[in-house]
Amino acid sequence: MEIVLPVIILGIIGLIAGVGLSLASKFMAVPVDEKQEKLRECLPGANCGACGYSGCDGYAAAVAEGKAEPGNCPPGGTDTAAAMAEILGVEIKTEQKIAHIACGGNPEITKRKYDYSGMQSCSAASLLHSGPLECAFGCIGFGDCAKACPFGAITVKNGKPSVCEEICVGCGLCAKACPKALISIIPKDRKMTVNCANKAKGAAVAKACSVSCLACKMCEKVCETGAIKVVDNLAVIDYSLCNGCGKCKEACKRNVLV
Amino acid sequence: MNNTTIASILLAGILTNNMVLSKFLGICPFLGVSKKTDTAFSMSIAVTLVMVVATAVTWPIYNYILAPDYTYLETIVFILVIAAIVQLIEIVLKKYIKPIYNALGIYLPLITTNCAVLGITMLNISENLNFIQSVFNALSAGLGFMLAMLLFSGVRQRMESADIPEFMKGLPITLVAAAIVSLSFLGFAGIGG
Repeated sequence: MEIVLPVIILGIIGLIAGVGLSLASKFMAVPVDEKQEKLRECLPGANCGACGYSGCDGYAAAVAEGKAEPGNCPPGGTDTAAAMAEILGVEIKTEQKIAHIACGGNPEITKRKYDYSGMQSCSAASLLHSGPLECAFGCIGFGDCAKACPFGAITVKNGKPSVCEEICVGCGLCAKACPKALISIIPKDRKMTVNCANKAKGAAVAKACSVSCLACKMCEKVCETGAIKVVDNLAVIDYSLCNGCGKCKEACKRNVLV
Repeated sequence: MNNTTIASILLAGILTNNMVLSKFLGICPFLGVSKKTDTAFSMSIAVTLVMVVATAVTWPIYNYILAPDYTYLETIVFILVIAAIVQLIEIVLKKYIKPIYNALGIYLPLITTNCAVLGITMLNISENLNFIQSVFNALSAGLGFMLAMLLFSGVRQRMESADIPEFMKGLPITLVAAAIVSLSFLGFAGIGG
């Protein structure tokens, strides 16, 4: 009979806990928005954070509350955007995006300060005197971006990474991985890009690399739409204004514009 | 009842008897979520919160219901109560303090089965602490857990850009680093009793 009392004690404690929890979940339930659930189902579930929210759940909640626009999910692309728009009953325009690496240099044309033989990673190499390149802004080429890409869209060939347009979804994970912040997420239908990130000026820039922007402002002068401007000794393109006439490309003596 | 002061309880819990580095409890989150400082911090806050609340509930249960005849029910009752409390805290946070719920995220339910939480409630009983002392002991254990997590997340971030031999990458080097950090906490032995 000695077993009866402990069983009763345990049973009562369990019962109190169980009843307490079920009452709590009933009275303090937070209604989950049906719309939010449906929106969440549309999303790819990669939780990459490219939309600017903590994950697919966070983004679905923000869209359901009207705080965010549908179609900000780069991995989902147009299919996801269309599905989300259908649930919300709105029409949206989506803009496909792509990663752009703003450096035209490669081991052959960019001069080196020293020979680096340490750990083969850009973040480690950039800690040693801003990296082995004469140009403190340029691509080190160990491919931290390629390692960060979950889709395998970046390949490093001869010490120079390149983005495969067909695979890239513009999630921006590579942009975070680059210690030189060379990668930006730009519209896929861009007509012209600046392939340099060097914000220094003077003869040093010209010597370090043969495809560096010297901020001569020739491109700015020939541009008819005012899309290209030199800011902080570097040409910058406003993609919404660029009509792709190609005059800046002809004017640039250092092949910075591609 | 002994007459240990609150200050010495706090000091001992954080440094000398550090939950993770001296008692080797809660190793799972210590290795699992210490990769980034911000997640390590969220986890530690959740652990501290649950430790204090769990102690505040289990201490009266032990001393007024189980003692003196049914003390052998300690483990099973504590597991039951802690699991229920964690669920309850989650429901309450979700309803009333949404930002904290979002910040703690998945860490709160993970703590349901955390040995550090069960460990501190049972240690409080076995060390014959009174209610106030128990609550402060739980708080200090939580803060000690936080210290260990933050220190170790720093170590792990440094290891990210270190040249580690291929066969040591990942868990092996993490365990070695954890052992060295733990060894360094031996230096605190003797402080605060």
